[in-house]
Amino acid sequence: MTALACPLPIPADQLIVLGHGSGGRLSARLTDEIFLPAFRNPALERLDDQASVEVPAGRIAISTDSYVVKPLFFPGGDIGELSVYGTVNDLAVGGAIPKYLSAGFILEEGLPLETLRRIVASMAQAARRCAVEIVTGDTKVVERGSGDGIFINTAGVGLIPAGVSLSAANVRPGDRILLNGSLGEHGITILSQREGLELGGDLRSDAAPLHELCAALLAAAPGLHAMRDLTRGGLSSALNEVARSAQVGVEIHERAIPVTSAVRGACELFGLDPLYVANEGKMIAFVPEAQADAALAAMRSHPFGADARFIGAVTDKHPRMVTLRTTLGTERIVDMLAQDQLPRIC
Amino acid sequence: MKHLDEYRDEKLANVLVDRLTQVAQHPWVLMEVCGGQTHTLVRYGIDDMLPAGMEMIHGPGCPVCVTPLEIIDKAITLALTPGVILASYGDMLRVPGSTTDLLHAKAQGAEVRMVYSPLDALKLARENPTREVVFFGIGFETTAPPNAAAVWQAARQGIPNFSLLASHVLVPPALRALLGAPGNRVQGLIAPGHVCAIVGLEQYEEIAREFQIPIVVGGFEPVDLLEAIVMLAEQLEQGRAEVENQYTRSVRVTGNPAAQRMLADVLEVCDRKWRGLGEIPLSGLKVRDKYAAWDAEIKFHLAPNPVEEPAECISSLILQGHRKPPQCPAFGIRCTPERPLGAPMVSSEGACAAYYQYRRHQSEDDLVALKGGSR
Repeated sequence: MTALACPLPIPADQLIVLGHGSGGRLSARLTDEIFLPAFRNPALERLDDQASVEVPAGRIAISTDSYVVKPLFFPGGDIGELSVYGTVNDLAVGGAIPKYLSAGFILEEGLPLETLRRIVASMAQAARRCAVEIVTGDTKVVERGSGDGIFINTAGVGLIPAGVSLSAANVRPGDRILLNGSLGEHGITILSQREGLELGGDLRSDAAPLHELCAALLAAAPGLHAMRDLTRGGLSSALNEVARSAQVGVEIHERAIPVTSAVRGACELFGLDPLYVANEGKMIAFVPEAQADAALAAMRSHPFGADARFIGAVTDKHPRMVTLRTTLGTERIVDMLAQDQLPRIC
Repeated sequence: MKHLDEYRDEKLANVLVDRLTQVAQHPWVLMEVCGGQTHTLVRYGIDDMLPAGMEMIHGPGCPVCVTPLEIIDKAITLALTPGVILASYGDMLRVPGSTTDLLHAKAQGAEVRMVYSPLDALKLARENPTREVVFFGIGFETTAPPNAAAVWQAARQGIPNFSLLASHVLVPPALRALLGAPGNRVQGLIAPGHVCAIVGLEQYEEIAREFQIPIVVGGFEPVDLLEAIVMLAEQLEQGRAEVENQYTRSVRVTGNPAAQRMLADVLEVCDRKWRGLGEIPLSGLKVRDKYAAWDAEIKFHLAPNPVEEPAECISSLILQGHRKPPQCPAFGIRCTPERPLGAPMVSSEGACAAYYQYRRHQSEDDLVALKGGSR
């Protein structure tokens, strides 16, 4: 009888239990004590089944992404920050001004509440930085062993200014390709954390919000055709997707692509190619020649684009393929990855 | 990046290409033995930089590629055995056996762990005393010593739940098989630098004498390979057939005696089947009887399970340089890295996979014209 006499088991104060996903009192406590104080805004506070927000007439952009990173906290960021920046960036590279996010949490039984608090605080801070509001959400709890602590899904809505229409399909031969900085820092940071490898003190995730950079770029080069953020699959996947979508060829120059020596060293060690490694604060833009210099200047004047450079151009040769001019002056394909890159035996 | 950029330097590469153009008066046919060298060669397009007529044949030295289907099937069987944790290097996990690969076995519930060293697998065994930990160790003389060291440590530290599923192969017997085959076209060899860093040069001197063929021990960066090619051309033009060492920053004449001792203590020479080349006598290494308790083949009573390779694969013609990968009718159509028909498409270091990854923008005619290869 004693077990039944205790309505809230003791661990509920420190750990996520299945009851936190029940929709009952424990769920309400999560909302009242963790989510509301962190994300507070009028739309959320109504706690209706949906958020109701005002939007001006025009087009909106919608995007969604799920975040399953391990470890949850890593040098340069955490899963909370990623879940905001990632969706904000997906909206921003479409030329949209990010406004509202939803947040869905799948929590694993046994997750320390303190960990959830830290992640939620990080999301709130990231949202303020991006000037977006988290206006609706959901929480589910899965049994211990069925998740990696916490999975987060965010969906976002952004406003597309009149006259803006960006798409990979718009990319044309002759476009110059701009990249905002060095590759592979997020992927290599996560890999080295996961494997417990010490690869040098300056290795940290590049997780960053790109909405300001995208807006500045669009203001300086209103004729730009497309932007892409570089996440899983790295630069190579983004370029291949654009080449296929626009039925064009893409030519890039190995020498022009910035990679820090820490990332290069780690890639050599693991047998990985930095062109395929994940980023969380990098983007490319396809800009017509006439506006290319203005776009580069705009990128470089922003802290997240200080190291921006042209990495290549779009061509009508070899449509749907990405080629790379090597440091030796020869040419090779940059293929789409079939699966994850796996470290080589030797 | 120091110790790397200088070996990928365009100016230095061009100096070597100029030197090669002066030296090479004949259309020499050379083979780079190691898959790592093939990967660099195709990735950087070094074969495109050679004087007209000179040809590179891509050798059998991709350890993942030549691992026979049977042993991969055995690894998958072990991984699916309750109570067993199977650990291996990342690129072994998606190499297809006769029906599936280890990543798919993992998806079916097999306990498969990717590790960076056999010593990590030994640590897993220590941490999981109630489970059997099997390290699936493949490769040439390069990866054999650390695998041997793991068995040696398991024996010394009394770790009963660790074992090695070994499929090691030796380079010299495969080279003899290729050089001695009827219709051999190879006139000079770039020997595998990292293998020689372990075993030294003696075995290669025997091959140079036996087949009157020049051999240069080469590194793995573009400038290494170009320098090795120049050195081979010089020998060929001067009618010499010696062993020279281009990769002096890693390779000593006597190799690495400590690694050789470890290897000899734990492993012994045996007959071994090579994917794409078939059975080659005395071309492999297996765990010695005194370490039988740590030999997964014995511990788990793994029975022979012969498997036929797909008949359409022409890998033996590729490995002997009679065909280039794009000349295979199945290349890129019925044979891709996701669904390889045979050895050279399996790993990124295999010749077919390297062409698939880096060269699909060149047409077959371009390649044939470039190489002067037979159709």
